[in-house]
Amino acid sequence: MEGTILRTENLCAFFGTNQILKNINIDIPEKKVTAFMGPSGCGKTTFLRCINRMHELNPDARAEGKIRLHYEDVYQMDAMTLRRRVGMVFQRPNPFPTMSIEENVVAGFTLNGLKLKSKEKNEIVEDALKKVALWDEVKDKLGKRATSLSGGQQQRLCLARTVAMKPEVILLDEPTSALDPLSTAKIEDLLYELKGNYTLVIVTHNMQQAARISDMTAFFYLGELLEYDDTKKVFTNPKNEKTQNYITGRFG
Amino acid sequence: MVKGEPGGRSLFISKCIVSLPEFEMSNSKVIKNKIFLKSINGSAIFVMLLLVGFFLTLLYAAWPALRANGFSFLWGKTWDPVRDNYGMLPFLIGTLITSFLALFISAPFAIGAALFLGEYYPHGTVSNILRNIIELLAAIPSVVYGFWGLFVIVPYVQTFEHKLNIPSSGLGIFSASLVLSIMLIPYSVSLIRQVISMTPIQLKEAAYALGCTRTEVIMKVILPSNLSGISAGFLLSLGRALGETMAVTILIGNSPKLPNSIFSASNTMASLIANEFNEAVGSTYTASLVEIGLLLFIVTTIINLLGRMIIKKVSVKL
Amino acid sequence: MTTVEIAGIKRRRAKDNVFRYIVYALTFCCVAVSLIILFYIFQKGITCVNWDLFTKLPKPVGESGGGVLNAIVGSLMLVSVAAVIAIPLGISVGIFLADNRGKAKADRVSIAVDVLQGVPSIVVGMVIYVWVVKPLGIFSALSGSVALAIMMLPPIIKNTEETLVLIPNTLKEASLALGASDFRTTMRILLPTGIGGIFSGAMLGIARIAGEVAPLLFTAFGNPYLSFNLFKPVQSIPLIIFNYGTSPYDDWRRIAWGGSVILVGFILILNFIVKFFESRWKVQF
Repeated sequence: MEGTILRTENLCAFFGTNQILKNINIDIPEKKVTAFMGPSGCGKTTFLRCINRMHELNPDARAEGKIRLHYEDVYQMDAMTLRRRVGMVFQRPNPFPTMSIEENVVAGFTLNGLKLKSKEKNEIVEDALKKVALWDEVKDKLGKRATSLSGGQQQRLCLARTVAMKPEVILLDEPTSALDPLSTAKIEDLLYELKGNYTLVIVTHNMQQAARISDMTAFFYLGELLEYDDTKKVFTNPKNEKTQNYITGRFG
Repeated sequence: MVKGEPGGRSLFISKCIVSLPEFEMSNSKVIKNKIFLKSINGSAIFVMLLLVGFFLTLLYAAWPALRANGFSFLWGKTWDPVRDNYGMLPFLIGTLITSFLALFISAPFAIGAALFLGEYYPHGTVSNILRNIIELLAAIPSVVYGFWGLFVIVPYVQTFEHKLNIPSSGLGIFSASLVLSIMLIPYSVSLIRQVISMTPIQLKEAAYALGCTRTEVIMKVILPSNLSGISAGFLLSLGRALGETMAVTILIGNSPKLPNSIFSASNTMASLIANEFNEAVGSTYTASLVEIGLLLFIVTTIINLLGRMIIKKVSVKL
Repeated sequence: MTTVEIAGIKRRRAKDNVFRYIVYALTFCCVAVSLIILFYIFQKGITCVNWDLFTKLPKPVGESGGGVLNAIVGSLMLVSVAAVIAIPLGISVGIFLADNRGKAKADRVSIAVDVLQGVPSIVVGMVIYVWVVKPLGIFSALSGSVALAIMMLPPIIKNTEETLVLIPNTLKEASLALGASDFRTTMRILLPTGIGGIFSGAMLGIARIAGEVAPLLFTAFGNPYLSFNLFKPVQSIPLIIFNYGTSPYDDWRRIAWGGSVILVGFILILNFIVKFFESRWKVQF
């Protein structure tokens, strides 16, 4: 596919003897939003975590097959370098509690031992916070503890922390499922704006969310990729019967 | 890349900063990380080796005595360094009587306080204060207990013993056990209180619903269902009592003879070592003392592991 | 209800009340004993606490006055060297246990730590005698510190492990997802977040060894003179309480009481610090 940034070839993932993902072949387009959907336990989160090799943090976990980021095999790369190029936002906001708001934004740099001069740091902080529409709300309290923010603000802060590293791909694992509707709406707007500059892959349980913000949608079921197409097509004219059933709420 | 838009220049600068060092495969960082992980693992191995080293050292240092004394060491009644005749029965008895007596004396108080703090009044400021006061007992060092006991307990015991027409100085198993029992209380109370307070409320309510009084709920439901936890608490206290040295050394009277009553002066295995190790000359003498230390090590280890196993079972059940 | 049933209920109620009062009495005894002992120590010792106690050395038998300066210095030396040895080691093992929770190798180490905690202090003293005193040929502060360090390890290890385990895994993942190494994640995120509990562990470890005598009997040994030398015998406060307290001399016993007050006061302050700061330094996730 044109403008593919991420491609998987026969990706299989295991937890011990349990096979979670079965031969996933998918091309993820650059600078667009791709949504992973499917009922609980279908493997969409596992797949997400394979992309930045967080999957292997579990000692029983194993993956076979290839994942290519810009033609480079992800498993041939140094995992730490990979994770700087592929960022992740988690389900529950997890700002670092011992750091202030601005320290959190540049955490990616400090944790990687990259020293920033004060001027650079301020620019990065302002830039990232503006991108996630948090700047106006926190510009007067950048030195305050990150945990003093509300849930929605914290999640935006985590997004800012990821964005500050200028990743090539941003992975989002149900980023709004722990938030209230207002914060959810704010973040969805953000993602919609970010997609021009970043590639976003989002796992979501919320079909309306997928329909609203994504360009491509992939439907997973029991570890298999059943359908993958333009979001409009998947939602209005799904080819697979199971996709149809999921969308109409028959299960999941 | 550098556009006229706000933030455009900062984008450029940020991109430069991020792209330059980042994509270097920083070997030093990978090595640093490996060293870190190795030293974490190494420290864990070190601790295990430490323990093994303890056992082997004790075995090695006790070897001359193990060979010379043989098995009769365990029931030998005479401890005579002058004639190189070593038997540890007096100290085995001294240890057992002191420890068990202390445990028995402290048990009702420990259970009572644990019930008070864990069942009757588990919450509240007063309860917290009382709990903290009892926990302070654990903060007093053993040597201070011994010193205090010397001036407070021993005179009373001496008067008491004189009333029973026993000639004594007040020092002996009884005084040592009394003070030791006080020392055991904070640990027993803490563990038993925790176990009691975690009794599932459904169990208690079932009994109340059948018309039981509080006492009956305690005696018929709470205590029986927590028997393992309570035993573990006492087992661990026993382990503590067996290894307790300083207070006992000060109060037990330092006699190598087989004790014939709880008022006799005696020695425990630990207090014997404390009293005689520095003066021991001759390899068999020193090695015999180490042999006693080895036995102490083995026994306290077994008791600790047992207590730990029981606690694990109890926590799994919860 | 028949009279028999009423009598039964009355009896059970009476039993209930009696039992309750017994429990109150037993608890009261525990609380009273604690207060009595503490009060007695402070009362006896406070009269001996004066400027001299902190600045003078013990006088020979027969002369009155004197202080425990050598013991104070010695205790500080022993505790600080022990802490330097035990704290990094203890934190490392705590990290190991937290990271490998549930695995067989962590269980083995955990058992070792529990066993280590239960080893009688006198046995620790004997082993260190063989390991350090014999090879060096002399009683020394170093050997005393090593013995104390071993005894300090279990509280530090346990507290570190428990604190780290409470930190939600998602924080560690957030750091790793940014590309940080395990080293950086631990040092910059996990340890700072858990600093409250780790600090408590260190304080509790110090409180535990501050009053220890048995392991020092064959290692640090005691020294009537002021010494800053790691390789010479050294006095410590609990040792001086033991030696002077059990002596037949009034002056020496007075010094022992003064030392007792200092020691117990120090340990109580440490415990108070731990309790006070544990709530203050609790980091919200």
